[in-house]
Amino acid sequence: MSCIDTIQSYAFRSLGFGERMLPRTDFTLCEHFTLIGSGMIWNVYYGVLAILTGFLFANLLAVAKNSNSRWARKPAEWFIFLFRGSPLFIQFFFGYFLFLSLKGVSPMFNPLTSAALGALIVLFLNTSAYSAEIFYGALRSIPKGDVEAADAYGFTGWFRFRRIMFPTMMRLAWPAYTNEAIFLFHATTLVFFSGFPAWRQKGDALYYANYFADKTFNPFVPYPILAFYFILLTLVIIWIFGVINKRLNKHLPQAAVKKLKIRPNLIR
Amino acid sequence: MLPLFPTWRATLRHPSALETTRKRPAIFAYCSDPSVLDGLPWLSCYLTTGKHMAFYASFGTVLLLLAVTAPTALLFGLGGAMAARARFALLRWFGKGYIAIVRGVPDIAFFLFFVIALDQGIEWLRHKVKCPDWTEPVRQGSEFLVCDIAKMPLSSSPQWVHEVYGFWVAVFTFAIVFGAFAANVLFGAMQAVPRPQLETAEAYGMSPRQTFWRVLMPQMWIYALPGLSNLWMVLIKATPLLFLLGVEDIVYWARDLGASKTARFTAYPHGDWRMWYFLALLVFYLLFTRVSEVVLARITKRLSRGQATLDGESQRKNAGSTT
Amino acid sequence: MKNLILSTAALALTAGVAMADTVRLGTEGAYPPYNFINDAGEVDGFERELGDELCKRASLTCEWVTNDWDSIITNLQSSNYDAIIAGMSITEEREATMDFTQGYTRPSPSAYAAMSADIDVNKAVVAAQTGTIQSSHVATTGATLVEFTTPDETIAAVNGGEVDAVMADKDFLAPFVAETDLTFVSEVFLGGGIGMAFRESDDELRGKFDAAIASMKADGTLNDLLDKWEIEGKF
Repeated sequence: MSCIDTIQSYAFRSLGFGERMLPRTDFTLCEHFTLIGSGMIWNVYYGVLAILTGFLFANLLAVAKNSNSRWARKPAEWFIFLFRGSPLFIQFFFGYFLFLSLKGVSPMFNPLTSAALGALIVLFLNTSAYSAEIFYGALRSIPKGDVEAADAYGFTGWFRFRRIMFPTMMRLAWPAYTNEAIFLFHATTLVFFSGFPAWRQKGDALYYANYFADKTFNPFVPYPILAFYFILLTLVIIWIFGVINKRLNKHLPQAAVKKLKIRPNLIR
Repeated sequence: MLPLFPTWRATLRHPSALETTRKRPAIFAYCSDPSVLDGLPWLSCYLTTGKHMAFYASFGTVLLLLAVTAPTALLFGLGGAMAARARFALLRWFGKGYIAIVRGVPDIAFFLFFVIALDQGIEWLRHKVKCPDWTEPVRQGSEFLVCDIAKMPLSSSPQWVHEVYGFWVAVFTFAIVFGAFAANVLFGAMQAVPRPQLETAEAYGMSPRQTFWRVLMPQMWIYALPGLSNLWMVLIKATPLLFLLGVEDIVYWARDLGASKTARFTAYPHGDWRMWYFLALLVFYLLFTRVSEVVLARITKRLSRGQATLDGESQRKNAGSTT
Repeated sequence: MKNLILSTAALALTAGVAMADTVRLGTEGAYPPYNFINDAGEVDGFERELGDELCKRASLTCEWVTNDWDSIITNLQSSNYDAIIAGMSITEEREATMDFTQGYTRPSPSAYAAMSADIDVNKAVVAAQTGTIQSSHVATTGATLVEFTTPDETIAAVNGGEVDAVMADKDFLAPFVAETDLTFVSEVFLGGGIGMAFRESDDELRGKFDAAIASMKADGTLNDLLDKWEIEGKF
């Protein structure tokens, strides 16, 4: 089988398309690259969706934690503590367990036990907590002058938050948030490794790397390939976040931008 | 929900179970036949089996590993950060490459092959030194063969030597991964030390080396602390991956103890109790995180004293107002 | 990745043999009745007793080491222990990278177990442990394969109704079938019995164990052990 054929049969294997049977003998490098790459689809899926949804929830949590009302502050504080204080490994376990019990309550909850939705929810909650802490820290360090100036102009409530506080908060939080995004993508490898079962041999990149290591008895080929893909992915994330960072800092003099970047900010 | 005391425990006991659990350490005298016990006495026996003792001991292993890994990783981080700032280009590339590559790879993927690579690397080096006359290839197919005296540890060494060696390999692997993150934080912290402080040092006639060790080094910690604190928190939460490195950690035992047990192979059969064991782990991690937070907050306060930061400034003002 | 700790029950044997080599036996410790960790935290099971007896017959000092199933072969090849004795079926693929002794069990059936006996194992949703001959087998049938990382999770999944059936070695499933609501549905013979695995370069050591197994077969002690641990098939 030529490499083109391999790509045709296995490029979307992780989604269930193409050849049903995984290669079983005479493993080629091409098969390694294709299948592990196919698995990366899931890592990107989890990472992108969890970051997008988690971003919104994290903002809400950060504002709640900063609130004067006990009723808003306490739940946010506990949520953040619970998810930042426990290993993702254990969160996956309890997530899967909870979803299984819910399934008994009503068939409505059936999709939750699948990795595609269940693991996404756990990752979403996890990244929300970590991001919320970063945003909260940034919110606390917004220069007093900015807020006073907004008050002087008569800005209040949502408008003041949207126009003055939010952009500054993002600007301050961005380097640390970039780190969080990288970590989240790395954390997606835990989904099939310890949390959710793999159906019909549809798994993520680590699942296929593991498959090859198991079949070829040689860990030194599949895992470095996996590492290669993740280094590429990390570079892409850094690039995208860098572009956004530039936009966030567009209005500042260049020296100030530099100063912001080196803030040894909260990393995850 | 899971039944805490399954009712079939006593009735379905298999005759051979008594023989197979040869060495049951009876902490309490009444534990010699758990099948007749119930409720609290049963639980007290169950929770003091040798296996549970190993589970409790593994908490110690994890704490010890954290205690050893943190300073080691810091050392690696310091090395990485210094290399990344070096004037010598090759060293700088090495430092930056180390930070970028290790940070770019998920820690699980790294753990899955790096330990074996490390172990084989060490043995290969020893092999080159100790058995120069060896003619056969070290790699035969997928087998890795070195001469007997190059093995690490020697295959004739007692088990505890193997255990200690495995522990140190785990420490080293963790230190390399977390060293890269620490290097990133320390690199940022070194840049964050206010320029005027360094310029003052130069004005006093200090050489670059003296400036680095006498001014930059002591001053950067306050800037590095937030990042390092977070790194510590991440390190705590990475310990469930220890079992990948061959250390039998708390997750390994919790999984094994919690899995449902039939009466044939244990004197304490039970259903799927993983939830309870994982709950215990959850509590452990939350408590540990909380304690770490409190301690780190204290250290921050202590380090801020006399620093040119907002916190240091407010401490100075408060101290002034009370006198 | 040596999985260390545990069961240092080195058998100090035959006094007088001072230079007895220490042979390190690698096992998983999570696959009763073959091997498991008993209440005292030691390696126990059929293979523990078998291994100790084999070492005695071959005049070797043996040490037990546990290792994760996933990396059990890699660690043998990088010499972190000298033999695998972990309920490992002799298969062609494994033969290509390692050398096995003669089997110390008869080719053992793998079985499907389910909550009800009337499921079609070629259409059902079947759980198996990742990286086992059973998961490879289910992948070739029409069934929907669901892979879990540990054997315990496969049992939990079928009990919880997440899957229709579980496939594993029959001997592993037997106690669950005896004591819970699970029933056997059908059997398949996979692999050629269970043997000890050695590095290909370690023929001498393999020979010693092979001879010891043969002698246990000859005098019937192996059958007694198989009986004791209720493993199917006799020699």
